[in-house]
Amino acid sequence: MVDEILTIVLDGAIYASWLFIVALGLTFVFGVLKILNIAHGGIYALGAYSTATLVPIFYSLGMPEQLVILAMLVSALAVAIVITPIMERGILRRFYGQDEVLIVLVTYAIYLVLEDVQKLIWGMNSLYVSEPRELLGALEFGSLYYVGYDLALIGLAIFCGLFLWFVLNKTQSGKIVLAVIHNPEISGCMGVNINKVYLAAFFIGAFLAALAGSFTAPLISVQVGISVAVVIESFAVVIIGGLGSIPGAVIGALIIGMARAACVHKLPEAEIFIMYFCMAGMLIFKPKGLFQGAQARKI
Amino acid sequence: MTEKLYNNLLFQSIFLMSFLILVGLLIPNWLVFVITKAIAYGLVGLGIITLMRGGLVSFGQGFVFGIGGYTAGLLGTQAGLTDAMLLLFVSFLFTGLVGLIIAPLLARYRDIFFAMLSLAFSMVLYGILIKIDAIGGSDGFVLPESTYFGIKPSSEYADYVLYVVAIIMTGFISILLRYYYDSTPGLIALAVRENELRVEYLGSSAFNVAVLNFTIAAGLGGMGGALNGIALGHIDPEFTYWTTSGEFVFISILAGYLSVPAVFLAALLLELVRSFSGRYFPDTWQLILGLFLILSIIFIPSGIGSFFKQFFDRLKKSK
Repeated sequence: MVDEILTIVLDGAIYASWLFIVALGLTFVFGVLKILNIAHGGIYALGAYSTATLVPIFYSLGMPEQLVILAMLVSALAVAIVITPIMERGILRRFYGQDEVLIVLVTYAIYLVLEDVQKLIWGMNSLYVSEPRELLGALEFGSLYYVGYDLALIGLAIFCGLFLWFVLNKTQSGKIVLAVIHNPEISGCMGVNINKVYLAAFFIGAFLAALAGSFTAPLISVQVGISVAVVIESFAVVIIGGLGSIPGAVIGALIIGMARAACVHKLPEAEIFIMYFCMAGMLIFKPKGLFQGAQARKI
Repeated sequence: MTEKLYNNLLFQSIFLMSFLILVGLLIPNWLVFVITKAIAYGLVGLGIITLMRGGLVSFGQGFVFGIGGYTAGLLGTQAGLTDAMLLLFVSFLFTGLVGLIIAPLLARYRDIFFAMLSLAFSMVLYGILIKIDAIGGSDGFVLPESTYFGIKPSSEYADYVLYVVAIIMTGFISILLRYYYDSTPGLIALAVRENELRVEYLGSSAFNVAVLNFTIAAGLGGMGGALNGIALGHIDPEFTYWTTSGEFVFISILAGYLSVPAVFLAALLLELVRSFSGRYFPDTWQLILGLFLILSIIFIPSGIGSFFKQFFDRLKKSK
């Protein structure tokens, strides 16, 4: 019984931390740019693919094993560096200030393009990079064994969340971003370069998506179609927590992660729709999510 | 004046319908099939532009599309009902009823929240459908061949007969919708789109407008789903998936909310792009579709319908 609860909690926490890293980028981009980015899932998949490519190269160069984490970070960074100018500067910039739903549709189109770009670059075969997962050995909890790498994901998620929170609230550039979130026009009048802030925010969001992808790559087989489920799962998280809220993303990820883990162990039939169910339930009772303040209505 | 305009509309529509029915005899069978599918998608798109007139966009029309498809499919396999016209009509009514039941829940929301809640509904349905093995789970199931007034057309004409039925039913629905758009409640929707609060101060209910429009959109989506299922001869949970819903939103954005025929033109464009790129570039059809979406949003932001409207406005002026 205790074991079972522990399993559910640990599985849930691992799943939630993965989900949180994806959702953090999504919610941050929405907060700053007011774009609900469907292509976020596509960037996630690119991160996974680039890690699956780079890590074998890294090993073939005969580098020390422990530095493989570095290779994974570099691959995530590379994806963000390539994708940000194309998406933000090239396409999304044309649609700022337009209807939110129209922009969602544009990102849906970008998502479709990214799906096929993955196929064109990496083909239809599955890629495997399980080596980094063996790096940290296994840990024992009572009668349970957990892979150290999986638990380290929880640490990574906490680090990402705290780091972003710290930058936003405790540094000058973070406060500028908060000002832009609050009112882009007035911030612009005060001399803030809005375009730069948007570009930086999109870069951070894309990097977080790619990061989640590259650290998940060792856990899964990287193949066509890994992005499609991520999109709705991360949507569910940010909807539950409130769009644009970091604490909301934490709670949202935990709710979905735990609910899913509980379902996997107790009610496997419900595994697929439990998160949609949570999302629908939250929208019905608290449509603006858990952490969304009151907003002024335009008359 | 208005009387004359309406007569005109009826005449134009019947002319267009007869023209399309005759053209159907001349064009190859695959194109007949593509147009029938476009009509199915166009019906759902028509539902979304009905909502768009009131300022709402649903990102979950896969929900009603799926319900319509499964209604037709289950009536066909379980109850032995194979008359295509009856199936389309029953799906329209039943899905409209479902729409009416959930509409009060959805009608409280606006903008992205409306889009997301409708998306959540469609995904819950998707999650349920792939788990019900009795109706095929994620594989779906095959529909029995359709009949028309008790007659089963030979297989070479089956597509054409369905095409004719689809054109006639959709044609009359489009006429009715045009009347609705120009009626008082239809025009109030446009006012809600402009400024909801002022409409409420003037004594109309934005909530009622949203409920009515969502019910209509649901019925249309259900009929589209039934038509798509009958045309394909197969139904699966993919009908309700969010990527399907995304295509419906695209159709309505490409068409714009000004014109009814533009929706079917947009749906046909989408189907043609999809079938051509599917045939010639089987591995990259999503890429082409995506680029097509982006380019058309960049270059025709207010939709094909805006061209139609400009054209007819100019025509009226020159008279």
